Amino acid sequence: MKVLYFAWVREKVGLDIEEVSPPDTVLTVGDLAAWLSTRSPGHKDGLSDLSRLRAAVDQDLAQPDSPVTGVAEVAFFPPMTGG
Amino acid sequence: MVVRVQAEDFDSGAEIAAFERDAALAGAGAVATFTGLVRGRDGADGPAIGAMTLEHYPGMTERQLEAIEAQARDRWPLTGTLIIHRHGRLEPGARIVLVCAASSHRESAFEACAFLMDWLKTKAPFWKREETPEGDRWVAAKASDDARARAWVPPKS
Repeated sequence: MKVLYFAWVREKVGLDIEEVSPPDTVLTVGDLAAWLSTRSPGHKDGLSDLSRLRAAVDQDLAQPDSPVTGVAEVAFFPPMTGG
Repeated sequence: MVVRVQAEDFDSGAEIAAFERDAALAGAGAVATFTGLVRGRDGADGPAIGAMTLEHYPGMTERQLEAIEAQARDRWPLTGTLIIHRHGRLEPGARIVLVCAASSHRESAFEACAFLMDWLKTKAPFWKREETPEGDRWVAAKASDDARARAWVPPKS
């Protein structure tokens, strides 16, 4: 799947997009964030505190318990500040 | 029902005039509009504010704005809506967003316009980064904006 990062999450992780193949034990958005956090110190810094993040699965807003099995695209970002 | 996400500026006067004419010909008697701007200072006597850069999530942004607009149409009898939202670096004085809602009567137009803005602020994937004398910083989301978005009760089914 593709994983995208925006705003300060992107800056902390040091990537705007990456292609990953998580193990079968990664079932939810929360599982995915925890698994990604082990990839680098930047990932850990950007993704370890889910309470500060929002996520989208295939471009729809998602929750920590939203499933990620078989999805194409997951994004992690801070709460939105448009308008 | 138009959604546009763009880096370029837009002409509020021309956009609203065209929207009003289409709305009236489609049977609307009322148009409410909102324009969001990059402030030059924080309050009338506050410190000067620099430019800001709006980052967004191409694809999801359009999808979310269309979903928000569809929600508004479910809730109010609207004859038309227009949402224009800019991204990229914007100087103080620049326009950020224009929202227009047309309906047969003013209550629906006012309410739909406010709803579109309240939901857009918390559900459309935009992030503001401000330039300050101490360096750039990401604007934090406001709890009051979340509260306003939540305050709109679900539509009657």
